[in-house]
Amino acid sequence: MSNVHNDYLGAKIGMWLFLFTEVLLFGGLFLLYAIYLHQHPAEFHKASKELDVLLGTVNTVVLITSSFFVALSISALQQGKVVLCKRLLTATVGCALIFLVIKYFEWSAKIHHGIYPDSDQLLLRPAGEIVYFGLYYVMTGLHGIHVIIGGAVLLYALRLINAGRVTADNFIFLENSGLYWHLVDLVWIYLFPLFYLIV
Amino acid sequence: MSAEHHHIVSFRQNTIIWLVLLVFTAITVAASRFDFGFLNIVVALGIATCKAGLVTLYFMHLRYEGNLIRLMVFIAFAILAIAIGFTFFDVAYR
Amino acid sequence: MATADAVQTSRGFWGPLQGTKNSIGSWIFSTDHKRIGILYFYGIIGFFLVGLLLGFLVRLELIAPGKTIMDAQTYNAIFTLHGVVMIFLVVIPSIPAAFGNIFLPIQIGAEDVSFPRLNNFSWWLYVTGAVLALSSLFTGDGPPDTGWTFYVPFSNVTTTNVNVALAAVFVLGFSSILTGLNFITTIHRLRAEGMTWTRLPLFVWSLYATGWIQVLATPVLGITVLLVVVERVMGVGLFDATKGGDPLLYQHLFWIYSHPAVYIMILPAMGVISEIIPVFSRKKIFGYKMIAFSSLAIAFAGSLVWAHHMFTSGMSDTAVLVFSFLTFVVAIPSAIKVFNWVSTMFKGAIYLEPPMYYAMAFIFLFSIGGLTGLVLGGAGTDIHVHDTYFVVAHFHYVIFGGLGFGLFGAMHYWFPKIYGKMYNKRVANISCLVTFIGFNVLYFPLFVIGLQGMPRRYYDYLPQYTTGHFISTVGSWILAAGLLLMLWNLFKGARSGPRAGDNPWNAVTLEWQVPSPPPHHNFVEEPVVTHGPYDFREVTSDE
Repeated sequence: MSNVHNDYLGAKIGMWLFLFTEVLLFGGLFLLYAIYLHQHPAEFHKASKELDVLLGTVNTVVLITSSFFVALSISALQQGKVVLCKRLLTATVGCALIFLVIKYFEWSAKIHHGIYPDSDQLLLRPAGEIVYFGLYYVMTGLHGIHVIIGGAVLLYALRLINAGRVTADNFIFLENSGLYWHLVDLVWIYLFPLFYLIV
Repeated sequence: MSAEHHHIVSFRQNTIIWLVLLVFTAITVAASRFDFGFLNIVVALGIATCKAGLVTLYFMHLRYEGNLIRLMVFIAFAILAIAIGFTFFDVAYR
Repeated sequence: MATADAVQTSRGFWGPLQGTKNSIGSWIFSTDHKRIGILYFYGIIGFFLVGLLLGFLVRLELIAPGKTIMDAQTYNAIFTLHGVVMIFLVVIPSIPAAFGNIFLPIQIGAEDVSFPRLNNFSWWLYVTGAVLALSSLFTGDGPPDTGWTFYVPFSNVTTTNVNVALAAVFVLGFSSILTGLNFITTIHRLRAEGMTWTRLPLFVWSLYATGWIQVLATPVLGITVLLVVVERVMGVGLFDATKGGDPLLYQHLFWIYSHPAVYIMILPAMGVISEIIPVFSRKKIFGYKMIAFSSLAIAFAGSLVWAHHMFTSGMSDTAVLVFSFLTFVVAIPSAIKVFNWVSTMFKGAIYLEPPMYYAMAFIFLFSIGGLTGLVLGGAGTDIHVHDTYFVVAHFHYVIFGGLGFGLFGAMHYWFPKIYGKMYNKRVANISCLVTFIGFNVLYFPLFVIGLQGMPRRYYDYLPQYTTGHFISTVGSWILAAGLLLMLWNLFKGARSGPRAGDNPWNAVTLEWQVPSPPPHHNFVEEPVVTHGPYDFREVTSDE
């Protein structure tokens, strides 16, 4: 019988199961996207031109790099390189902040132009464009919330490392936090082409 | 737990994966400039899935996990695929 | 002192831990799966009574055409609440959160679940969801009137407390997810030595399959209710036809969860029946592997059929065809279970104790419910009965007749283990009979008036349905009497019943090899399992 209080594989299985719930949560939104793209292809293509591909690409690179950093931080900790681990972890959170700042600018630009849910301007547009921007705000919004949660979790992991409770011999909390962060990256890997690149 | 063997992914391997991901990102942006007709979405999602696969297999370590977790991951994505796919039985044939 | 120790030992996990007092905190913040299970159990029974009262009021209103005791708006709110309370606060958590929590670890030879603190958190989520649901009664424009299915566009425009109610549903869904996650991990990781997958009690198999549905299906409900709230608050329009949205997509997303949800409800109850039948037939279960496999098959196939709730919604004929066909497929593994239970009883030595009566009632009532499900699954016949009382009767037969009686069976089966006492068996049998009779008098007429065209969720009705409604309401009184008698009998047994031994039913599964009630630490030393869960060859009588 595995020791309940120190079951590495059990903790990892539990985290993967939780990730599945996130996949299905976002999955419902991807389902809606798929259907509406099928129903309004031309309008989706037209509306997506209003998004800034450069900003989207930068954000994609930022998140991929943040995943890279957190993966390195785990390897570092496993090799006993605690200081390097903490620096990489901090860099990961830094990337998260950059992502959020860019998102903030994207959203405020749109809102400034009167493109937001239920706005008079938006409602004048064809149905497919209204739906496109509805999905844009809901999906990137929910994703943004997860970026914030993920960042907070990583900061907490950093705190536990500082307190000596996450170590080279007991790093499952960091590993699981990393898994969560990678999921945030994965969702964006799909959001990016679906919203920015179907021009 | 320290008695268990943990596969440690090297810095080198992580870096290679990161670079490949950046290359894929560049490819997908470039590809979006061309019009492949209805294949546009296929190409975009195909490249995205390659990237997602790399993140999942290497950054998330799935390549080095046992069959149990791999089977679970498969089941989760299969259920999602069914949910989306079966809804198209309705939407695509109205 | 010896006597105090003896008293403390005889109270098992109910008594305080060594050197502590039995404070409220030691219960509501407990990470002991047995205490958490009891906390859930009492909450569930409490809300069951609330849901029963709401149903009782619905039936009272419907005893005659026209207004009886309430106006139409109140009526809409009452049946909505009845559904929300019963489904999200009672039926979905019921067996897994109460009996699964108490007995899963013991049945596999473990000390606790994989994530005990998460388990306690799940209970607090349940409490939070309950508080939110109740608060929707007393704030704003009153409780929701949309039906428990919250269909758009009405749920979008009604001014009642949909937001609060859906927040409650979201939180309760999260509680359910975490329970499933905990159980899946526990079953994979914490089985005792010798407890192979093929020696697991079938109750454990059912909890395993249920856990997967909880983890994979519930998040879809989460996003769906989130979208309705976002819609109401920010007017996004994803389900709003005037803004390019498709209301049918709400239905798809809703049922992608809510159909598998009914298997979250029924699978654990089937697991309970699979425990009870062999014990009271003194015979190994017939077709163990097929029953275990059928639990997984139901979980999988059940996720393929959701749109059979939408045959008349305007979706494509192709979808109607596909989902109707798949619905017939999912009936097969359920039928396998019924055949196997009955085959177990054949040439067994039947002991007619209360759990067995409830189990047999389950088989009878669930079979009726299941067969009428085929009428609904056939698209052609469904057109006639969709949204009529035929549907209402069908799902009450499967959920109440099925899960409900399975829950009562579980209560009567595991009662002596939990409390270390026995209830009055004669009263238990009588209450089973009264409940069974009341149930059929209440629900069978609803099949008839449904076929005759009585629509569901209607406040008023044409005079031709009066007789059926009247009989049904009288049935609800009989049912209520039976249930109250049952609960009172169990309550009395827990307070002052005679002491029960560790194994009054002479069962083989591990929970019967530990004291009644189980102690704080389930096992003195980790058990080593050497035989299957229904191997009665070496059992000696407890009395």
